[in-house]
Amino acid sequence: MLTETERREIEQELKSYGRKRAAGVEALKIVQRHRGWVSDEHLEEVAGILGVTPDELDGTATFYSLVFRREVGRHVILVCDSISCWITGYEDILCRLQNVLGIGLGGTTPDGRFTLLPVCCLGVCEQAPAVLIDGKVHGNLSPEKIESLLEKYE
Amino acid sequence: MDGKKTVTIYVEGKPHQVEEGKNLLDACLSLGYDIPYFCWHPAMHSVGACRQCAVKQFRDEKDTRGRIVMSCMTPAADGTRISINDPEAVKFRASVIEWLMTNHPHDCPVCDEGGECHLQDMTVMTGHSYRRFRSRKRTHRNQYLGPFVNHEMNRCIACYRCVRFYNDYAGGRDFGVFGAHNYVYFGRYKDGVLENEFSGNLVEVCPTGVFTDKTLKRHYTRKWDLQTAPSICVHCGLGCNTIPGERYGTLRRIRNRYNGEINGYFICDRGRYGYEFINNENRFRFPVRLERHGDGEKTGTFGSGEVIPHIKSILQRARGVIGIGSPRASLEANFALRRLVGKERFYQGTSAGEARIMADIVNILGNGPARTPSLRETESCDAVFVLGEDLTNTAPRMALALRQSVMQQPARLAAGMKIPRWDDKGFREAVQNNKGPLYIAHPHGTKLDDAAAAVFRGAPEDIARLGFAVANLLDDNAPGPVKDLPGEASSLAEEIARALENAEKPLVISGASLKTPALIHAAANIAFALVKKGKPACLSYAAPECNSMGLSLMGGAPMEDALKTVQAGEADTVIILENDILAGQMAPDQAEALLSARNVILIDHLPGRTSSMAGIILPASTFAEGSGTFINSEGRAQRFYKVFDPSGDIQESWRWLRDIMVDMAYPGASGWLTLDDIVSSLSAEIPGLRAVANAAPPEGFRMAGMKIPRQPHRYSGRTSMNAALNVHEPKPAEDHDSPLTFSMEGYAGQPPSPLIPRFWAPAWNSAQAVNKFQPEVNGPLRGGDPGVRLFEPKENALMDYFGKEIPQAFTPEKERLFAVPVYHIFGSEPLSSLSPAIAGRIPAPYIALRPEDAEKMRVPEGHVIELPPFGSLSVRIDGSLPEGLAGIPYGLPGLKDMELPAWINSPAAAKKGGQ
Amino acid sequence: MNEKEKRPNIERPLTKDMRTDGQALDIKEYVRAGGYGGLRKALREMTPGDVQKAVSDSNLRGRGGAGFPTGKKWSFVPMGKDAPHPGFLISNSDEMEPGTFKDRILMEGNPHQLIEGMIISSYAIQADYAYIFLRMEYGESAKRLSKAIAEAYANNYLGKNILGSGYSLEMRLHLSAGRYMCGEETGLLNSLEGRRATPRAKPPYPQLCGLWGKPTVVNNAETLSNVPHIVKNGAQWFRGLSCTDDGGTKIYGASGKVRRPGAWELPLGTTVREILEEHAGGMREGLRFRGLLPGGASTGFLIEEHLDIRMDFDSVQKAGSRMGTGTMIVMDDRTCPVGMVRNLIKFFARESCGWCTPCRDGLPWVEDILHAIETGKGRHGDLELLEEHCALLAPGNTYCALAPGAVEPLQSALRYFREDFERHITQKSCPWR
Ligand SMILES: Cc1cc2nc3c(=O)[nH]c(=O)nc-3n(C[C@H](O)[C@H](O)[C@H](O)COP(=O)(O)O)c2cc1C
Ligand code: SF4
Ligand code: FES
Repeated sequence: MLTETERREIEQELKSYGRKRAAGVEALKIVQRHRGWVSDEHLEEVAGILGVTPDELDGTATFYSLVFRREVGRHVILVCDSISCWITGYEDILCRLQNVLGIGLGGTTPDGRFTLLPVCCLGVCEQAPAVLIDGKVHGNLSPEKIESLLEKYE
Repeated sequence: MDGKKTVTIYVEGKPHQVEEGKNLLDACLSLGYDIPYFCWHPAMHSVGACRQCAVKQFRDEKDTRGRIVMSCMTPAADGTRISINDPEAVKFRASVIEWLMTNHPHDCPVCDEGGECHLQDMTVMTGHSYRRFRSRKRTHRNQYLGPFVNHEMNRCIACYRCVRFYNDYAGGRDFGVFGAHNYVYFGRYKDGVLENEFSGNLVEVCPTGVFTDKTLKRHYTRKWDLQTAPSICVHCGLGCNTIPGERYGTLRRIRNRYNGEINGYFICDRGRYGYEFINNENRFRFPVRLERHGDGEKTGTFGSGEVIPHIKSILQRARGVIGIGSPRASLEANFALRRLVGKERFYQGTSAGEARIMADIVNILGNGPARTPSLRETESCDAVFVLGEDLTNTAPRMALALRQSVMQQPARLAAGMKIPRWDDKGFREAVQNNKGPLYIAHPHGTKLDDAAAAVFRGAPEDIARLGFAVANLLDDNAPGPVKDLPGEASSLAEEIARALENAEKPLVISGASLKTPALIHAAANIAFALVKKGKPACLSYAAPECNSMGLSLMGGAPMEDALKTVQAGEADTVIILENDILAGQMAPDQAEALLSARNVILIDHLPGRTSSMAGIILPASTFAEGSGTFINSEGRAQRFYKVFDPSGDIQESWRWLRDIMVDMAYPGASGWLTLDDIVSSLSAEIPGLRAVANAAPPEGFRMAGMKIPRQPHRYSGRTSMNAALNVHEPKPAEDHDSPLTFSMEGYAGQPPSPLIPRFWAPAWNSAQAVNKFQPEVNGPLRGGDPGVRLFEPKENALMDYFGKEIPQAFTPEKERLFAVPVYHIFGSEPLSSLSPAIAGRIPAPYIALRPEDAEKMRVPEGHVIELPPFGSLSVRIDGSLPEGLAGIPYGLPGLKDMELPAWINSPAAAKKGGQ
Repeated sequence: MNEKEKRPNIERPLTKDMRTDGQALDIKEYVRAGGYGGLRKALREMTPGDVQKAVSDSNLRGRGGAGFPTGKKWSFVPMGKDAPHPGFLISNSDEMEPGTFKDRILMEGNPHQLIEGMIISSYAIQADYAYIFLRMEYGESAKRLSKAIAEAYANNYLGKNILGSGYSLEMRLHLSAGRYMCGEETGLLNSLEGRRATPRAKPPYPQLCGLWGKPTVVNNAETLSNVPHIVKNGAQWFRGLSCTDDGGTKIYGASGKVRRPGAWELPLGTTVREILEEHAGGMREGLRFRGLLPGGASTGFLIEEHLDIRMDFDSVQKAGSRMGTGTMIVMDDRTCPVGMVRNLIKFFARESCGWCTPCRDGLPWVEDILHAIETGKGRHGDLELLEEHCALLAPGNTYCALAPGAVEPLQSALRYFREDFERHITQKSCPWR
């Protein structure tokens, strides 16, 4: 069940779009902001609020890469794997992340702390290589900086 | 086409005249060129996704380089020059297939689609044969989609046709495309039954084997081993054209048979999956004698040649013989019965209510000024008002047509932006959710409501009143004004009247399902008023059964009168034709009384409630085992043909009746040797049916001196099919009724449209071969679409308005509820209900109650109540019902019926604990 | 005018007022620096037609990558009493082209400049709604733009009857949810409508039939940020900022292993060499320049011999590539060209919307071949197969420009770095590993 707050925020969003369908992805992102991801149950509930079918909503949701339809950890590390980061050595960063966390891309640590995902160019190429953790950019990384970076996240 | 300009285009340098602005794929296919394609569909048009239809376009004569364009997305302009054979275009098209094949499994030999696969055809057409991609294929998980459609996603080539059909064209909302890049997935959000009533078309729309016929899968036969014949759907009054396929004496599947005026490329799931009643193991195969003794029933058989003399002796000794016809039997069968018993003693086999309504309809359409449109014309109507028909459930294909007609007015908006209708993507993006005016007035919510501009809920009388009000607004001379119309209804009436009046081609639809003559009259009045205003108004009535119209044209009193005749002692012998009258609309006690006549002879194909009370049963052929003529609700006479020769003594009902008449030395009866003989008798005898003889070519028709083969030329196993029984290959059955043969030999080209047993052309093995049978894509079949129309609007026919009796407004009562019949595409039609796939979709008997009523009675959703005469009904809460009304499903197997609508005692009294 | 001799005025209208501490210019600071002056002028002194004319005369070309003349784009919007409404103006702030980060700098540093540009542009085409379509990862931009929009509303630069002019405009910030295709202008429209961001066919063009089937203009965020300055200072001034006939400055950028990766506002038509050597500081210690993609991942390579060409739409095109977004990605001599191209293609294959066959199924195949070559499993004939794909995925053959853009770097790499590809195949391994 969605919380009152989530519902309120979704209703608010509906108002600003005028057309319900247009707010679909926005509404799912609200759920994701609160819960980290969008479960089937919540997707169905949102579809109900929007007056669309789950098929319609999920057809859109699954198109986008940043709507998470599977459970993620408390913190999501998005590792930029695009060109400037590739040139400047993202593969080493990724490798270190995988080793430290003991998971592969798409994986979540057993303690539910981190999920590791690839992401397209973050638009911070001047600070390449970079990762985005919970929406915050960390640039000019090197493998050595990884462990201390992760420490900040409970 | 009306006022459309023609231009000259050059294909490989050769000039052709085509309609200006048409897309080049359509134009070239119409000209007979082969261009491969996937995402384009003749009824769903162009979206430019697959890139398979690429051709080279040149600026002018001097341009030798040219550029690749998608023919489906390029309009024909004067002087357009293209080349299909240009090497670069050829190479590009081959590459498209090569890309599609990178992930396509190499499972053709075991694929259900094999042999009629558009992807196979196009692969051969482009010449792709060697695999260069050396990596792994991506794989998907398949879904359970219900009893009709099988899902095998790995075969998907992402042409997007399925979503475009299911969602955009048919209005489905429980299907879609998921994911992105080369992981796009076509299916449902979760496993589950596809809810849309047209889901089966996915099987033909999908160019490969992702969606295949699940019923065929259960008794699979390779497509080229099916024996087929042109047929007509028997599951509602619209008369969609079908192609049943048989092997080893059982029907294996039904496919759509293109008829440009009726079903076009699509039929509903009842029509596609209802066929299995034919294979029912309880079919009567031999004449049966049922005797009632004190200690119970005894069945017996007849020795060879015994049954006819036996019947003759009964008839000779009888004190009056009457015949009960059937709205689902062919014209020929009804006519033969009428001849046997005599015109005065032939009864229609429908209730008085239904017979009266059908008679009104026949009169209005036959003598009135409004045109009864084909479904193709229905699609072109730009404002529609439906009075009291839940079309999705009573005339499904018409509902699909209305989903297209609501695009007519938006199409003008798009045309204003210079977006041609064939640019389907641009079109839908431009018109968004705009829909043309469709108004639906019905007692409860219908599946088509989402396409409607406004809906009205009310009792049948109130719907009629709304209709009379609309007619009166259009023309003062029409009866009215309707007194005390509530404010909302009267402003809606204004809105509807204005929409119809402003339309270029308005359409009014009603039908027999609510058994309310006032609805029929109100609809007629509106159409008449529009005609008076100079509008080319159309008027459609949904007919209950596949030959209701034919039966009504034949005439005869209703069943209630038959009972009177028996009760008055004027008849003691009843011959019943293909009619389960005990399960029909006649009150059960009346039907029982009728069946207690001394002799009851039943001609039918399956046991039912009536058969247990008959003395003699003659095994009748179904539509698949015999030939004959039906008249659909448009008033179009259409011929269906025997698909296969049945086993046992099964034969057409008219042949049984003829045999009796011959034995009894009826004059002329021995002249009825073939279908043509009886057709010419009936068209000579019944004035309204004169044109029936022209519905299809006579038996003697030949193509290049040959008959038309029911078996494709690749038909295999003929010499060995029956080897287990007899090593001698049996002589093929003979067909004296049609120019078709039970053979693979015969004329190999294209027969006239009523005789097309399957759509196939060299290099076109799939359903897409239809293109090759039309002079113009999406147009009529060569030589015109099958069937003859019996009704044309009479110039200056001035029919009086109906409605000396505008009904009183409905008044809800305290102690009683007015129960209206609720129709179910799966369940309300008895034959299809016997097919296992359909049976799985039939709801359990229920009563639909308003939430307020349910609360008052303290019955929750799903609670089971006992309500005579219906039996056990589970409660369904339906907020769409107006006050005082309840809904009871119509005709469900196992539900004891009474004729609805009717007042019933509020179920509160009958409430039983449970659940 | 002879291009070579054109001396631009060195001015940096887009960035000069930005703060040095990395914070956004707030509304007070912006107004103090002359902000919203362009809007006042437009609303008080100019008709929508005047604004359109000024922008046309300024020779502003779209900064989203294709360089379409902005004034011309606007001119297709139906105007006048019978024009369909509502109309829409959209800032394309999706910026997902790999190697591109110029719009972010503008939006983070000077959000009001974009907003003012959007209001003026909306006025010019008489739009009723304006949307900023922002990629989801730009959290900082989102925060700053939201605040700026609220400030603009509070000061009646937005909303009903703006500054008493009778013109009204509503503005919303829309955050996307990831997918490069959303940046393609028609994909963007579908995305805003809450659909899958597959592209639309053109025609009909968005100016006639865009968002919700209504007239719509989509412009890049940098393009729109220029508009206040054009209106305030005039078309001629704007043309004077550039070394070429196309007006204005350009935010150029560089990433990869250069000494000072970053972005700089420079006269349009600054040479590649100047950007690379002066502003980006040349290659990092010990590395040599091998090539660069001038304007994002979907532009073809330039090499040593091209360093002296001007970074403008026409010159780069003449050199066989495209200026694209003007943010260059630099390849050094220790970076494997095959690996680099594979990384690029992988991006495009993953970001394909899945609508048309060549892109959806062709790019994964290309990626596959490149992967094989990179890992030493390449075969003879693979390069020809790659070339074949480059030719097949040409503009017009696919539904939108994604796939043709995707093969641009590959096609040029096969030309300029062919031996490197061949070495992989003959050596059966990557020489850089
Ligand atoms: C696949 C693809 C992605 C694109 N992404 C962007 C983008 O992120 N930002 C952008 O401004 N333009 C992008 N474009 C270009 C837009 O389609 C469009 O041309 C541009 O927004 C127009 O703005 P302009 O006229 O101001 O340049 C993209 C184009 C394609 C084909
Ligand atoms: S080129 Fe085709 S598949 Fe690729 S993004 Fe464009 S439309 Fe989608
Ligand atoms: S049929 Fe033309 S692109 Fe698919």
